[in-house]
Amino acid sequence: MVGLRLTHARALEADADVAVTPAPVAARPAAEPALVIDGLVKRYGDRTAVDGVSLRVERARVLALLGPNGAGKTTTIETCIGFRRADRGTVRVLGLDPRADNDELRPRIGVMLQQGGVYQSARCGEMLRLVASYAADPMDPDALLERLGLATVQNTPYRRLSGGQQQRLSLAMALVGRPEMVFLDEPTTGLDPQARHETWRIVEALRRDGVSIVLTTHDMEEAERLADDVVIVDHGKVIATGTCDELIRGQAEREVRFQAVPGLDVAALQRDLGGEQLVHEPAPGTYLVVGPVTPQLVAGVAAWCAKHEVLLGGLQVKQRTLEDVFLELTGRELRA
Amino acid sequence: MSAVTPTSDSDVGEFTPRPGRASLGRMARAQVWMELKLMLRNGEQLLLSLIVPIGLLVVCTKLTFIQVDGRRADFFVPGVLALAIMSAAFAGQAIATGFDRQYGVLKRLGATALPRTVLLLGKTGAVLVVELLQLVLLIGVGLLLGWRPDGDPISVLLLLAFGTAAFCGLAFLLAGALRAMTTLALANILWFVLLVFGGIMYPLSELGGAQGVIEVLPSAALSSGLREVLQDGHHVPFEHLTVLGLWAVVSMTAAAATFRWE
Repeated sequence: MVGLRLTHARALEADADVAVTPAPVAARPAAEPALVIDGLVKRYGDRTAVDGVSLRVERARVLALLGPNGAGKTTTIETCIGFRRADRGTVRVLGLDPRADNDELRPRIGVMLQQGGVYQSARCGEMLRLVASYAADPMDPDALLERLGLATVQNTPYRRLSGGQQQRLSLAMALVGRPEMVFLDEPTTGLDPQARHETWRIVEALRRDGVSIVLTTHDMEEAERLADDVVIVDHGKVIATGTCDELIRGQAEREVRFQAVPGLDVAALQRDLGGEQLVHEPAPGTYLVVGPVTPQLVAGVAAWCAKHEVLLGGLQVKQRTLEDVFLELTGRELRA
Repeated sequence: MSAVTPTSDSDVGEFTPRPGRASLGRMARAQVWMELKLMLRNGEQLLLSLIVPIGLLVVCTKLTFIQVDGRRADFFVPGVLALAIMSAAFAGQAIATGFDRQYGVLKRLGATALPRTVLLLGKTGAVLVVELLQLVLLIGVGLLLGWRPDGDPISVLLLLAFGTAAFCGLAFLLAGALRAMTTLALANILWFVLLVFGGIMYPLSELGGAQGVIEVLPSAALSSGLREVLQDGHHVPFEHLTVLGLWAVVSMTAAAATFRWE
């Protein structure tokens, strides 16, 4: 519930410094999509981890794979980077087959796995410089360490870094080779709010600079803020797909809540609004208008109050969130 | 510990893709250097690879609880060289690779531009550098203890190379198939068993009937070969090279077939 939240969160984004610019700076001429997955099936023994997933990521777009633990997000990513062989279906990353063309693909992608992957006694900075040395034209590791708040711990062995620092090093390792596409498996899980926001800014900057991004998350706020497209997966299947707006607006029921003096004539208000909405007063002085919400509806409520000399104490449009959508689709909380 | 620096000026183009793989030479150098640093940072590895061989060389040469013919140092230096190779190329390599695998390093680096062959090449290169260090130290200590080597250096290098290949193959075989803790335990046990019964520290003739079996162990083949060249001045010891070569081929083939990266 946010005061007069009529527009979508992304448009109201406070971080003006990282405006979400639509056009990639380094647009490639007529490039094939960054990622096309068609009917992917992956089984482990008799458990089907991914059950017919199809999705598509255009260049310089951010796709969030959203779903609870065990939904098949990590397996999908691991198939995209060639760690797993698809049992059925096809996967093309930057136009390449992740397994047959693995050698050609790896220098072009950046990968952040959920945990581990670093020599236990390697120092933080040393590890990033090692990965940088695999690239023909890497980013400056020191600048990256600085940006991710790791400069002061660059001489600390990996095993003594905090979980969040290990996480940030992992992100740096994914980016240092200047990839065209990155796969980030739960990039912000376990990060403090500051580091989380910095990671978001980096994802936005990557997109701005033309990098295609797939990230997994079970954080709704993250998906809503970062993703152009959201794919909700559960039990290995895609259960919803679209932009955040489409997913949220796709479903009807919304409500307007306002405060005023107690005892208004709710029936009269309901008639005046046209009868498509239900109006009631759940608590003295608090009113709910339930039904399709349009700008005219909000104006109608305000006009009715003005006509009746009622001072509005507050008026909120409650928007559904991805959390609500997910709950309705799966009947489960995301962070179960 | 500073927190993340909020960036107020996100430079447009700082993440513009410019993908590409560095030259194989550059990757290999970086990888060898990294693995070498990790090895030298590891106390147990240093103990096994440097301190134990040097200590045994001094103790066995100075004390007379093991009976040998001829100058004592002439007998023990080749044996300790074999032990050193076994420590670095087998025990150290197996344990380090096993833990790298458990901690997902092999998997994670398999998602970078680094080819996996270069990853294993880096490990082997680091072992070779440590072996060089072992050679210099053990030869120095040996000479101080009165060692007078014989024979041609080419045969010695061949034996060391074949021995390293055989032990690295065995190390990758263990580390690529078993859990890290199992690899750790098994590598240490095998190292100790081969040290005591592998024909390294006393003449094989003392083992009586078991001699025939022990002669085909890589530890015995390496130490006997080195002794024949360095102590007795023999030419290329084909028999021992063949044994080591077979161990190398069999272990590497088996490792290639069974190695799991995660």
